[in-house]
This record gives sequence, C-alpha cells and structure tokens, in this order.
Amino acid sequence: MRDVAIIGVKNSKFGEMWDRSFRDIVVEAGVGAIEDSGVSGDRLDGMYVGNMSGGQFVEQEHIGALIADYSGLSLDLHVPSTRVEAACASGGLAFRQAVMAVASGHEDIVMAAGVEKMTDVSSTAASAALAAAADREWEGIMGATFPGLYAMIARMHMHEYGTTSEQMAEVAVKNHKNGSMNPIAQYKSPITVDSVLNSIMVADPLHIFDCSPITDGASAVVLAPAEIAHEYTDTPIYIKATAQASDTIALHDRRDITTLDASVAAGRRAFEMAKMTTKDIDLVEVHDCFTIAEICAIEDLGFAKKGEGGKMTEEGETAIGGKIAVNTSGGLKACGHPVGATGIKQVVEVTQQLRGEAGGRQVDGAEVGMTHNVGGSGATAVVHILARER
Amino acid sequence: MSVARFWRKQINRYNLVGTHCKTCDTYYYPPRNVCPKCRRDGEIESHKFSGPGEIVTYTVIHTAAEGFEHQAPYVLGIIQLDEGPRFTSQVVCNPEDAHIGMRVKPVFRKLGESGDKGMIYYGTKYVPA
Repeated sequence: MRDVAIIGVKNSKFGEMWDRSFRDIVVEAGVGAIEDSGVSGDRLDGMYVGNMSGGQFVEQEHIGALIADYSGLSLDLHVPSTRVEAACASGGLAFRQAVMAVASGHEDIVMAAGVEKMTDVSSTAASAALAAAADREWEGIMGATFPGLYAMIARMHMHEYGTTSEQMAEVAVKNHKNGSMNPIAQYKSPITVDSVLNSIMVADPLHIFDCSPITDGASAVVLAPAEIAHEYTDTPIYIKATAQASDTIALHDRRDITTLDASVAAGRRAFEMAKMTTKDIDLVEVHDCFTIAEICAIEDLGFAKKGEGGKMTEEGETAIGGKIAVNTSGGLKACGHPVGATGIKQVVEVTQQLRGEAGGRQVDGAEVGMTHNVGGSGATAVVHILARER
Repeated sequence: MSVARFWRKQINRYNLVGTHCKTCDTYYYPPRNVCPKCRRDGEIESHKFSGPGEIVTYTVIHTAAEGFEHQAPYVLGIIQLDEGPRFTSQVVCNPEDAHIGMRVKPVFRKLGESGDKGMIYYGTKYVPA
C-alpha cells in the first residue's frame, strides 16, 4: 500500500444558507479544495462524496454523478464519482474510501467531499430524516428521536459515573469558544454553563444547547500519493491511519450503553496502524453531536479514563492549550453539523492545524491530529490519524 | 411506516414474540434471523416472553418525533426483560416517577397511525409494575 497525503482542503461556510443550493455549496468546497491543492481539475482520477440523506433533505439521489457534473468533471472527462453513506459518518467514510483508492495504487489524484443541505425542509422533517440513522422499526416506531437516544446514554453515564449536567454544558461552552474563532462556524457567540442549563429541555437531561444544530455545509479535500505530494504543496499532511468499525444499529443491543464500542475498536485499530498512542496526539476532532457524545468519545478513544470525561472537560484539559485540544473547530456543536460533510470538515480542520493555518484557534506546535466521526448512535465509527511528518 | 411493513411484525409487537437461540441459549427481542453470538451455527426458534422487566435507562422526550407531538412529554426507556433481552419502549407513567431500575410490565396500546386516515398501529408499551 502507498502512503497518502492531503494536498488541498476547503470548507464552504456552515450555517442556514437560504440563498444557496445543495449544488452551490458542494461546488464551492470542491473547487476551493482543487484551487488550494494546485492541481488542475482534469487531473482528478476519482471522487468520493459523503452524503447521508439527499433523498430526504433535497429529494435528490444519484449524488455522485450530480456533483461530478456540476463540478465540470463529467463532460469529456467522465471522472468516476461515488456516493458513500453511513449516516452522520458518511463524510469520514468517504474520506476513508478516497484514502484507500490512492493507497491501493488504483487512483492517484482523488477528491473526498461531503455535503448536506438540511434547511430546505422543516425542522420536523429534518429530524425525521436523521432518525432514519437509528433502527426505524424498533426505535423510531416507539417515538425515539436522536436527542432521545443520546439522552439515554447521558442518563446512564450520570447514573454510573456521576457525570453532571454542568460537566456536559462545559463541552458546549468550550466548543462555542473555539467556534467563535472559526470563520466558517455556524455559531460564533460564546455561551455560558447557565445559558446551556437554562435552555429548553429537548430530551431530559439534554437541553437544546447540548445539541448540535441543523446545518447546511460542504467540505472537500484533495489526496495524492505521498511520493508526488510535494509537486503540489509545501505542506502535505500525511495519513498515518484509517480505521472503521461497526456496532449494533439499535442502542438497546449494546454491550454497555455508555460506551460506543465502534469508537473503541476504530480508535484501537488506528493507533495500531499508526504505531502511536494517545500521547502522540496533539489535537482531536471528535463527534460531539450532543455534549455527552464528546464525553463518551474522549473516553472511548482513550484520552480520558472511563467515567472521567466530564471531569476532564470541567477541569479545562480538553481546551486549546490543555492536555489534549478537543474540537478546535468548534465541533459539530458550534461549527454546525451538516451530517454528510462533518467527517470531511474534521479532516480539513486537522489539516489546517497541522499546516499552522488555524489562526486564533491554532494549537501550538501541532504535529499529529486525529478525527473521529460517528454514524447513528454509534453503529459506525471512522477514525483517522494525520501527521506533518511522513 | 407502510401498512405491510408494520403488519409483518404484528405478532412480535402484539405478543412480545422474539427468538431464542437453542445453541447458546440466549433470547432476543426484537427477533433475529441470525444469532449474533453463534452466527450461522445458531438454531433459532420463536419465543414468547413472559413480559415483566426493568428500566435500564430512560429519557423524557419534550421535542417529540413526527407523529408523537400530542404525546409529549413522554417517557422513552430501554427495558430489560427478565429473560435478558433489551429493547426500546415507551413507559406510560408520570415522568417524575421514572427511574433506573424501575420494575415495569407490558400493556397493549396504540403506538401510532399511518397518516390522517390510515391504519392504527398497536403494540406493547410498558407501565410501572
């Protein structure tokens, strides 16, 4: 297998973009990533596009072909373009497919993109589309919502480990602070623990400020074999590990409701592949679709002891400048969570950090970063380790 | 959910019928076609569960799922049956009374309906035992 490098990245703006369409935002990100990489568009050998639910959000399927077409890569060039779906982990999985395509030697210059346009439907319809990532026949039919499933994780975590609502709120406070320094973030206003705890209850114990928002957005990266990456950029970022794991689709079938075993397995596989440990990681973008999800993620990946994720957050160890910088982009919570794009946005954030281009949210001397993208309530987890050094 | 899709699982939802793997002696509700432990070596048979169980974890949903708006706030829990399997169900009780470890028993209830004029879906919910 060949070593693979990232040579170009770009996010569209994340937020409620009433004036822009699905294809507008993905073309912005895709063209931006190609410009950033310095390759000419006609050099692309393939595209992998993460998208969770174009069918329900914009009544559009055949997303791969649509994006190749509107990126100007269909006519004459006929660049192959493949949609990848794994609920909210669609972006991370699209990136993994692109990495494997280059690593295998089958394709050289490849784009991985992710996109979701979620505000063209009502928030009720958007929630219904998202609920399809859980078990429709045995969870959805009983009135389960996504906040409801994570609320049951949170309730159990509080019961078993003494995690508090204040500790969960600290995740939101930190991520909004980081997001305030990210030009593309949906929310740039800092918030307080009190404002989280006083926001309306969505699914007890999760308040609305414990939840990531409904967001439009797209992200894209361009990959090349490591051998030729320097032809395009002075700062290639290398992929040290790519890992994926599955778990039960329904939360009720889990071994332990407070542990996402798919995250544990994907994290372990990634560390083995990179021959690294948590001590080697300078920053991590984790899947904080809800505040409790970030607490579980840092425990499942090994940055916190089981049950101590809340305490670690409360003590500031996950802030920029702390023991491990978690969600410097603002995470899903403040940056926004366009479900199919999130996994690629995580890769863009880590790449910008490792290049030293993260502005006010820069982690000093960042050499190695990790991304962690989850689908559903934990049925899919995708983990990557990226580094400045090959 | 389409009528046919619901109807196929009616016996399971009405009567708490799941499956039992004779190879490893484990019980499953919802039912499974393949035993997750024995995989293809498993021998699956139908099994009707006795009914009672307890709340493993729960939430009170205030922002309801589509079609459940008139029920909010409602208690959604993961129930562990006395035979072992866990599944998701509504618990019909005062939200303040719900707690982890609470003993519950099944009741036959309306779950929802297919659109304004559609079929009513019935199934099992739980109440305090």
